[in-house]
Amino acid sequence: MSTFDNPFDPDRNLRAGCACGQHRSVAEHEQAAALRCEPVESEEKRYEGVVASAVMRAMFPQDVARRAFLKSVGASTALAALSQFFPLKTATEVFAQTGAPEKKDLKVGFIPITCATPIIMAAPMGFYAKHGLNVEVVKTAGWAVIRDKTINKEYDAAHMLAPMPIAISLGLGANAIPFAVPAIENINGQGIVLATKHKDKRDPKDWKGLKFAIPFDYSMHNYLLRYYLAEAGLDPDTDVQLRSVPPPEMVANLRADNIDGFLAPDNICQRAIYDGVGFMHLLSKEIWDGHPCCSFAASKEFITSAPNSFAALTRAIVDATAYASKAENRKQIAEAIAPANYINAPVTVLEQVLTGTYADGLGGVKTDAKRVDFDPFPWQSFAVWMLTQMKRWGQIKGDVDYKAVAEQVYLATDTKKLMTEMGLSPPASAYKSFAVMGKTFDPAKPEDYLASFKIRKAS
Amino acid sequence: MNTSLRLRAGLVSIALLAAFLGIWHLATRSTAPVTTMSPEYAKLMGLTATQGKSAMPGPLDVGAKLWEHLKRPFYDNGPNDKGLGIQLGYSIARVGTGYLLAVLVAIPLGFLIGMSPLLSKALDPFIQVLKPISPLAWMPLALYTIKDSSISAIFVIFICSIWPMLLNTVFGVASVRKEWVNVARTLEVGTVRRAFTVILPAAAPTILTGMRISIGIAWLVIVAAEMLVGGTGIGYFVWNEWNNLSITNVIIAILLIGVVGMLLDQILARFTRMVTFPE
Repeated sequence: MSTFDNPFDPDRNLRAGCACGQHRSVAEHEQAAALRCEPVESEEKRYEGVVASAVMRAMFPQDVARRAFLKSVGASTALAALSQFFPLKTATEVFAQTGAPEKKDLKVGFIPITCATPIIMAAPMGFYAKHGLNVEVVKTAGWAVIRDKTINKEYDAAHMLAPMPIAISLGLGANAIPFAVPAIENINGQGIVLATKHKDKRDPKDWKGLKFAIPFDYSMHNYLLRYYLAEAGLDPDTDVQLRSVPPPEMVANLRADNIDGFLAPDNICQRAIYDGVGFMHLLSKEIWDGHPCCSFAASKEFITSAPNSFAALTRAIVDATAYASKAENRKQIAEAIAPANYINAPVTVLEQVLTGTYADGLGGVKTDAKRVDFDPFPWQSFAVWMLTQMKRWGQIKGDVDYKAVAEQVYLATDTKKLMTEMGLSPPASAYKSFAVMGKTFDPAKPEDYLASFKIRKAS
Repeated sequence: MNTSLRLRAGLVSIALLAAFLGIWHLATRSTAPVTTMSPEYAKLMGLTATQGKSAMPGPLDVGAKLWEHLKRPFYDNGPNDKGLGIQLGYSIARVGTGYLLAVLVAIPLGFLIGMSPLLSKALDPFIQVLKPISPLAWMPLALYTIKDSSISAIFVIFICSIWPMLLNTVFGVASVRKEWVNVARTLEVGTVRRAFTVILPAAAPTILTGMRISIGIAWLVIVAAEMLVGGTGIGYFVWNEWNNLSITNVIIAILLIGVVGMLLDQILARFTRMVTFPE
């Protein structure tokens, strides 16, 4: 069950397929729904809906029981009945004004890529203001700079690659400073792009000796590319060259023939295609569907010194993420984040990334509505997986207490609480199993998982 | 003779510029559409891919864009998008602050060192080691210790513009003609008065030459420092437009950086002329 489902829909299919039954998948249904262009509800109405959903879910935690109830009386009657014995209006008001933020004027740093969509769009589209904050989103030159500026408290919170807060907390490549992740920014949304001259070299087994760029050492991009290469039998440390290159330089380097390809965040991938220098070899979702990429991170110090500001910030981000997860809003978001003040990229490029209808660089138009998706829940099993890869490639030496680190950095419990307050339905557990290139990862057995890889850095 | 030389030089300059612009224009003309593609696909692609437009903008593109910037130099669309005038203002303010601090430190210090041969010899190895360090190498250290990016940028300007001034002041003070100092001594002029009325005017041209070299270096450094730190300034503008692969805007920025650098240099050159004396 997705976080952003409507529990008032008695026809919602609990298993595969879509609610109305006319489409093969939920994604297809949502696309069809997007074309219908329903009017946007008012803010108050949306809040009321959120609170009512929460009450409804609380009264009927069992999906089947709720459905039976709704079937028998109808959604509007159910809502009316609900407000009879539960003061929905008051609850809505209370929800909208939780503890006053200690600090209202906040600075949040971001890197201009589509992964930062929720952080960026929350400014022009008013999500921060809605939660009583005055946030300035500041564009930053690179991952090392964003790390230093956040550590130096120039930024109250920042957009970081999902493994970065773990690395900072562990003191890898920086002084150990406890950081935390209340929300994941985006899932999927990256890609492997190769230079056009390699269009016949689609099998990674033939990639020996090529040069690839990744945005940062502590990035999902690094771990996914290494994983993908290793699955093809290449040792990423010896058979290919991996370089840390800031995303904007990647397209220029690809054009100049300095690199053969990259695994980069979007809009960079699409930009390389748009400029005719490369083609999309593979979307990152084909390696691991639903992988996290970037995170919203803050230092533990900020969280403890300004808990209400932090909660309001997280609520704004979760709210924006929920809005971004709806396919019908994506075009509007692309337009909001394209100007020079934010991502500074052509609107068509951002639209192709966000709507998932894109040119592949080889003359075809492809459609994949889940090319990039947004789901804020910080699964602790994501953190455990990242730790196994950090260890696999020698970034961490010695023993790791996977669970302790994951739970310290990925604030699943706090986010769950906030999401419940907001009427969203967070998952019950913070650990889930998932498959990377067909291989299942069990978060309970990280050491076994690590031991199962043949290609790894000798430690 | 003199005016005719100037006239001829001006004509050659204009001819060179015209030739440069002409070659630039020819080299960046767009070729015919490279491949045929479906209209649906072409709509999703950029002009470089669809019409074979050169990735390098031509002089006409740059001119049009420059005019657009010059029309509204002071717009402010939020923290990450400001007009070129505002960006240049930030950069000049940073350079000015760092540079003035360097002047305040380097000239008195250089004076003292220059007047004492012992100190001059003792400090020489330190200065020689610190002088050639690339200003950007200071950046991580500054960010780490100062913990504030805008002060770090000013510190970097300071640390790299101090050396030419310091060395030139030391050299200028140390090489004041011995006869003049001796005459002053014979007339029983006090040390302080001697420093201000004899040594300072005598060393002023050398000191100002050092200051002129320093302002050039400071302006070189600010662009790199702002690219790294971001936020505001012309260096940030270059980085932001590079992010968007907008070479047109990068070229405009390069042009403006050159013009401002030249103006700063000319100001110092004028000061130098004011203190120069015939021997």
